[in-house]
Amino acid sequence: MLAFILRRLLQSIAVLLTVGLVAFALFRYVGDPINAMVGQDTSMEERETLREKLGLNDPAPIQFLVFIGNAARGKFGLSYRTSEPVGRMILERVPATLELSICAALFALLVGVPMGVYTGLYPRHWLSQLFQAVSLIGISLPTFLIGILLILIFAVWLRLLPSFGRGETVDLGWWTTNFLTWKGIQALILPSITLGLFQLTLLMRLVRSEMLEVMRTDYIKFARARGLTNRAINFGHALKNTLVPVITVAGLQLGAIIAFAIVTETVFAWPGVGQLFIQSVQFADIPVMAAYLLLIGLLFVLINLTVDLLYFAVDPRLRGQGMARPAGH
Amino acid sequence: MAAPSNNPPLLEVKNLRVEFPTRRGTLLAVDDVSFDIAPGEVLGVVGESGAGKSLTGNAIIGLLEPPGRIAGGEVRLEGRRIDDLPYEEMRKVRGAKIGAIFQDPLTSLNPLYSVGRQLVETIQTHLPLSAGQARTRALDLLKEVGIPAAESRIDHYPHQFSGGMRQRVVIALALCADPRLIVADEPTTALDVSIQAQIIALLKRLCREHKTAVMLVTHDMGVIAETADRVAVMYAGRIVEIGPVRDVVKHAKHPYTKGLMGSIPSLGIRHDRLTQIDGAMPRLTEIPPGCAFNPRCTERGRRCLGERPDLMAAGATRAACWLHERGGVGTAVTKELADA
Ligand SMILES: Nc1ncnc2c1ncn2[C@@H]1O[C@H](COP(=O)(O)OP(=O)(O)O)[C@@H](O)[C@H]1O
Ligand code: SF4
Ligand SMILES: [Mg+2]
Repeated sequence: MLAFILRRLLQSIAVLLTVGLVAFALFRYVGDPINAMVGQDTSMEERETLREKLGLNDPAPIQFLVFIGNAARGKFGLSYRTSEPVGRMILERVPATLELSICAALFALLVGVPMGVYTGLYPRHWLSQLFQAVSLIGISLPTFLIGILLILIFAVWLRLLPSFGRGETVDLGWWTTNFLTWKGIQALILPSITLGLFQLTLLMRLVRSEMLEVMRTDYIKFARARGLTNRAINFGHALKNTLVPVITVAGLQLGAIIAFAIVTETVFAWPGVGQLFIQSVQFADIPVMAAYLLLIGLLFVLINLTVDLLYFAVDPRLRGQGMARPAGH
Repeated sequence: MAAPSNNPPLLEVKNLRVEFPTRRGTLLAVDDVSFDIAPGEVLGVVGESGAGKSLTGNAIIGLLEPPGRIAGGEVRLEGRRIDDLPYEEMRKVRGAKIGAIFQDPLTSLNPLYSVGRQLVETIQTHLPLSAGQARTRALDLLKEVGIPAAESRIDHYPHQFSGGMRQRVVIALALCADPRLIVADEPTTALDVSIQAQIIALLKRLCREHKTAVMLVTHDMGVIAETADRVAVMYAGRIVEIGPVRDVVKHAKHPYTKGLMGSIPSLGIRHDRLTQIDGAMPRLTEIPPGCAFNPRCTERGRRCLGERPDLMAAGATRAACWLHERGGVGTAVTKELADA
């Protein structure tokens, strides 16, 4: 198991280096960083000195190593747009994005999985048919449209919930949070639903088809033959086997949620990293874009590692014997 | 060992019918099947694949898969009718009074639970034991079915056991609550040939010791000959011959059974198909009128084409064949006549 984790760690580092290379290429070769930093009236010599000082004349591999070294310490230079340190700009906005993403993911999990279990156990029940129909809508409507519809209904017509911004936040020094005030929580509701709805429908459909599959297996039939209660069979044996493949997808989806937050943050003027990214694209603010790329890459890698570890916790077939045995059931 | 005949039967199956509604009409897959099993008796059930053996077994344990359903007849256990019990009542019978063993030990166990956990949950479902007592019982069962080093193996997961060892675990699971009857549906078909005889011997020994009756479904006549007290031979959804194992094996009365006995494979040699008889069993949609066996029967007469025989006394067994009725089969028919 240790060897497996080590192998995964090495893979993760390789992935991060690749993302780093893309970010570096963006940084170095899209536009001229000097142009972006100095005014029109700077002389060629001054530019050249700056170029030398910033190390832009060093061989590319050296520059890459320096870039990676800096990135590892959270140094991404100054924003072309605001001249603030990029690391700090991003860190300030991470809490907004993470809180939104986690709420959206919890919404998707806590509603999507039970809905999937229900429709898997009672596929013919009218409620299941309703869930299926609703999930079709969730899958086919684009996120921004769902956001706008929700704003229209709950903010404009019913005036129940705010339509933009984080509402009230509490500053904990290293983190600003929505969770400590009622207004902050209210502000989270619409964006979380918007961001989570697509993943919710995906999860529901996945859990449903896995559940249907598992209920047909021999070990479920044998569990019935042993006279186990429906509760033990449905929520013990069946659910646990259903969750094995669901864990991977849910992990991937958390990554997707964080990445897709861009759209939702734009619709709801949510001051997160995604919104910052959109602003950076408009201004060709390369350092911010590069840092954002690396941040998302890092999150994906961390999520995948967690998923792998969860697998070990859930599936005994992976323990002890490495990955040699097929995981089929 | 012959079952004492004066005891009331443990299991009574009377005129059981199992059907499948399909778009093109209803298929009758088990047609008017009746038999008894005495306490402690081993009833072998043989027949070609598709004869209705599994459906009969599943109907008895109340686990027919929809859209299959019991369309008629009744099943009684210790005198109490069980085929019409509500799901929850029947659940309490399964595992407690009737244990089941299925064909494939590789897929019968939940891969994510240790075998100990699966044993303990089954024991605690049916017996009022504490977790500790249940675990002790689980250990005893594992030892009884011959799992070496049971103390450490109890916490292992199914994938850590070989096929034969897994089937032993499955047998232990079926025995958890000391049921009166075990329905074993081809318990060795999926196993390695070298393991089959061991598993059958184990099943036979355990059921004798626990005085558990067994309905042993198999298409291996060798297994039946060595294990069963009585045999029921199924063909196209019906029992065509039933009687004490010695008589059926040595003096089969139904032409189909005679064909089966033509070459009894020795115990442990697996025959995927019973190839001694020409032709194949008809599909449910193509069962001929009269005796369902008539297209393959060398002794058929005109009567066999029009009238269907029920089970009738034939020597020491009962057979569904006109040869054993006073009227006989009527005049012989040629192949051409039968096909016309
Ligand atoms: N779900 C089903 N739908 C239609 N026919 C079925 C179904 N399950 C089984 N049958 C039919 O019932 C017959 C008996 O099946 P089964 O009891 O499994 O036979 P076996 O004697 O091999 O165990 C077969 O001919 C099969 O075609
Ligand atoms: S009834 Fe006729 S066709 Fe059927 S088995 Fe007997 S002899 Fe053969
Ligand atoms: Mg079968």
